[in-house]
Amino acid sequence: MKKIFPYIKPQIFAIIIGLTIKFIGTIMDLFLPYILAYIIDDVVPTGNINEVYFWGIAMLIVSAIALIGNIVANRMAAKVARNATRAIRHDLFTKISYLSSSEIDSFTIPSLEARLTSDTYHLHHMIGMMQRMGVRAPILLIGGLIIAFSLEPALALVLLCLLPFMGYSVWTISKKGVPLYSSLQSSVDNMIRAVREHASGIRVIKALSKVDYEKERFDEANRDVVKNEKRAGLTMALTNPVMNIFLNTGLTLVILVGAYRVNAGVSETGKIIAFLSYFTIILNAMMSITRIFVMTSKGSASAKRIGDVLSSPGNLPIMADEPIKTDAHIVFDDVTFSYNKKKDNIKNISFSLKKGETLGIIGATGSGKSTVINLLMRLYDTDAGKIYINGESVRSIPHEKLHKMFGTVFQGDVLFADTIKNNIDFGRNLTDEQIENAAKHACAFEFIDSLPDKFGHMLTGKGANLSGGQKQRVLLARAFAGGNDILILDDSSSALDYKTDATLRRNIKENYSDTTSIIIAQRISSIKHADLILMLDEGEIIGSGTHEDLMKNCPAYREIADTQMGGGHFE
Amino acid sequence: MSKERNEKNQVQDKKKTLLRLGKYLMQHKLMLFFAIILTITSNVFSLVGPRLSGNAIDAIGLSKGEADFPKVFYYCTLMIIMYALSAILSYALSVLMVNLSQKIIYKMRKDLSDKLLSMPVSFFDRHQTGDIVSRMSYDIDTINSSLSHDFVQISTSANTILGSLFMMIKISPMLVLVFAVTIPISLLMTRYKAKKVRPLFKKRSAKLGELNGYAEEIITGQKSIKTYNSEDVYIDRFDGKNSDAVSAHYEAEYHGSTMGPSVNFVNNLSLALISMFGAILFLKGKLTPGNLSTFVLYSRKFSGPINEIANILSELQSSLAAAERVFRLIDEESEPADLTGAKAIENVRGDVELKNIDFSYDGVKTVLKNVNLKADKGSLIAIVGPTGAGKTTIINLLMRFYDPVTGEITLDGTPYLDITRDSLRSSYAMVLQDTWLFGGTIYENIAYGNKNATREDVERCAKAAKIHNYIMALPEGYDTYLSEDGINISQGQKQLLTIARAMLLDSKMLILDEATSNVDTRTEKEIQSAMTTLMNGKTCFVIAHRLSTVENADAILVINDGEIKEQGTHSELLEKGGIYASMYNSQYE
Repeated sequence: MKKIFPYIKPQIFAIIIGLTIKFIGTIMDLFLPYILAYIIDDVVPTGNINEVYFWGIAMLIVSAIALIGNIVANRMAAKVARNATRAIRHDLFTKISYLSSSEIDSFTIPSLEARLTSDTYHLHHMIGMMQRMGVRAPILLIGGLIIAFSLEPALALVLLCLLPFMGYSVWTISKKGVPLYSSLQSSVDNMIRAVREHASGIRVIKALSKVDYEKERFDEANRDVVKNEKRAGLTMALTNPVMNIFLNTGLTLVILVGAYRVNAGVSETGKIIAFLSYFTIILNAMMSITRIFVMTSKGSASAKRIGDVLSSPGNLPIMADEPIKTDAHIVFDDVTFSYNKKKDNIKNISFSLKKGETLGIIGATGSGKSTVINLLMRLYDTDAGKIYINGESVRSIPHEKLHKMFGTVFQGDVLFADTIKNNIDFGRNLTDEQIENAAKHACAFEFIDSLPDKFGHMLTGKGANLSGGQKQRVLLARAFAGGNDILILDDSSSALDYKTDATLRRNIKENYSDTTSIIIAQRISSIKHADLILMLDEGEIIGSGTHEDLMKNCPAYREIADTQMGGGHFE
Repeated sequence: MSKERNEKNQVQDKKKTLLRLGKYLMQHKLMLFFAIILTITSNVFSLVGPRLSGNAIDAIGLSKGEADFPKVFYYCTLMIIMYALSAILSYALSVLMVNLSQKIIYKMRKDLSDKLLSMPVSFFDRHQTGDIVSRMSYDIDTINSSLSHDFVQISTSANTILGSLFMMIKISPMLVLVFAVTIPISLLMTRYKAKKVRPLFKKRSAKLGELNGYAEEIITGQKSIKTYNSEDVYIDRFDGKNSDAVSAHYEAEYHGSTMGPSVNFVNNLSLALISMFGAILFLKGKLTPGNLSTFVLYSRKFSGPINEIANILSELQSSLAAAERVFRLIDEESEPADLTGAKAIENVRGDVELKNIDFSYDGVKTVLKNVNLKADKGSLIAIVGPTGAGKTTIINLLMRFYDPVTGEITLDGTPYLDITRDSLRSSYAMVLQDTWLFGGTIYENIAYGNKNATREDVERCAKAAKIHNYIMALPEGYDTYLSEDGINISQGQKQLLTIARAMLLDSKMLILDEATSNVDTRTEKEIQSAMTTLMNGKTCFVIAHRLSTVENADAILVINDGEIKEQGTHSELLEKGGIYASMYNSQYE
């Protein structure tokens, strides 16, 4: 909850005004029974009908003020809730945008999504209701109590005696509620995951005729949610009847005590009648407070989930590493790294690359190829060893400057539900010329041009309305378009046929000769012209050099080349 | 004109949605019946309360020394008993209602999920997962809170209203006339408001769904956004969606939140009028003070629920809007049912034939034109061609994810339409480029297609797919839990897992769509013998870019622009010197 207060603070002025208006409106509500008591006890005995009218009209005016006050205050509350939620969501999303990759890995994407949407929604609801009920209820409660005291202190004492009991029971019950709501939330997460998996795996599910099995799997998650929700619901449902019993017992006691007092001549029946009216108000206020507690239990579970993200460090910090003197563009100096800090994913990787050179990386599945580029772009920090670009350690380069150096296509990179142009531009405000040229170099221009809306063609989510090869070409265009210093292509031509792949390589050579490139590939043909080729195995370099060197010295490389190209075909 | 019709439609939609919600309720008639009985009894008890307190007050008398204590005690005892009973009954009612609403919500989620799973594949190509998720979570949640809370409130309220009205008429029919003025005002006001607020709530639901969809998409692409330094741009765009969502929420609340105070005002109005006329009646000697007090208590009881109902009506608007979104999804067209007379195919041989197939996804752009293909039992058919030429479409048709526009596919001579989809699909094994693993252990993921698989079977296949060693190196081996996107498993390793999954299947046909595109050549070579065993005796359809993998095919189809341009064996096609030959040679450029 602490994380959420700063968002409410800047609006404290609006809140105070709102609360004041609400306060006035609510006080008006309280005046009504007071006037009522006055009419019955003081006006009626005089028999003056005109005065009755007068006070009746006064009641109407008071009601009107209550109406306006409450509406204005409610609207202000809604506004405060809107502004706070907008700010929370903005900050949360900003934070998520800057989370480091390992933080994303540990939160997981579905969970971040849930926090960004349904948890903030719960908060929105809570902030709004808190102001509407959270003010009205305590005011009604305290105001009701004050008036009750001024009306009949002895009777009010009866009420006061009950309050600690009621407070205790509400507190106990809602304390039990919080963990129940937390476990409810995580079972909901579970259920949502099943839905997401069904959406992404529908082809496999249908192909394997597992629809019934998946129905069963969802059913389990669904049952779990129901079980948790029932538990929370039944616990919270206790509050109402318990409150009712307390308050109505109080009501009865008031009548009893009142009877003695009237009988003794220290009180009047009209007062007791009015007192009972206030009693009803107090009862309703207690009910509202109970509901607020229920809502807070729910909301604080969400607030915690949001706070967890907001307080994680985000971008890796900039370090003051010493630069080195080198004429190389990229240097890896004895780099070792592990994702889970148990088994090293890459070990002792060293190489250096001059500006405009091309590095090819090849190796078995899981040998650490993608890890090399993840470290170069500082999506993760190395465990040991250093990486330099133009002699500066990547840890010492500000993120913005660092990221501007790369044009990248990741393995399994994403396209958004947006136009092709925007997918290539990717928020960089590139010129049409840059975009078209990049598309041409990526062999994408032809197919884009054949679309009815050309570059304005809308893609569906994840680029589902493009074929695998078309997707890769749009992604390549994105990587080319920025004219960055370093081009990183991670298995980005796997869905291209050989002919397109060959054209692509020619285009890169002709148009991006100053660009240092790192190409990860399965095909020898994609990297054989590289200035330096690294052959990785289990995270270690088992061969490095040009194609010719490796053919001579690296049996594993030669083996691959032989399978792919047939002996004697290379040259 | 059109506005009128629109309004009419809206009203009809609303009725339909209400009716359908009602249907869900009516599936639990017995529980509903008990709920109503409980509501009425618990209400009657609490309604008797004010009457008793009025009696008690009358027994106190108006001035000193008039009190009739035995009577006061008598009524007070009765009051306590009544209130206690009412509290017990109302808890019992809550228990009943929580159970009832959870039953309904459970059913609704189940219906929605079952529906999703029966949807044709094309549905998921068109819809954002985030929006679907939003319906499953946020919309159903809204309905849930409305059902468990509002239903009880409305039935309690209705009861209280009737009960207190009855009591008030008994006390003073004259004073009740006050409500003849105020109630119509209340009704008109809530009606007017509800009409105004409904579309706003609809918008609120829709905007939240959009936000959800957008968030899902952008978070998935966070890494790319980060590396292009485009965070600010996407934060800006997100802010736009965010603003839309919170503003829609605000708009709905802006109008919705006037409902409570307005009705409260009308209630205060009644109170003022009652005080005035009550005082007058008392002056004329037609009302005792106890009666006036009782009447005021009842009038509060009477108007309280009206207030509640007004609030609930506005809440109900939001849950109706949510229900509409849920029902719209449930109403989407499922994959059409199998034709009557369609039979499960047994003892599949594996002869597949495509005859004169034309296909288009959108009915506008033709993707396949007059495709003919005959694949005999055990043959290996390779499909090659430039990207976007329609290769994957053929797979979609073979698996019957889509039906051809014209033409016919047969399996063992039986037309596809006469075979049940389930039996047809399970006669294929399939490994796709886009691997799919679900949140479960590695073991469960491999054994997914074959429920009879033993641990040994799974390990044998994992070994054959050369993924066993990797699995064993994980801290928990086969019991390692794969969470969505969470674990650092490479694309190639995912493909090996799905290959192991396919190996466990006992099918007569096999589809490999770029099955090893992310697997390195060396591993691919290592699993070659296993792949050969996997393909042995099966009719295989293979899409691959690495032409080396298709050289042994019995027939190679070269597809371009949706048509089969060339067809033949590797050597025949090379000799022909056409598209295939030039593609093949470009490998060595």
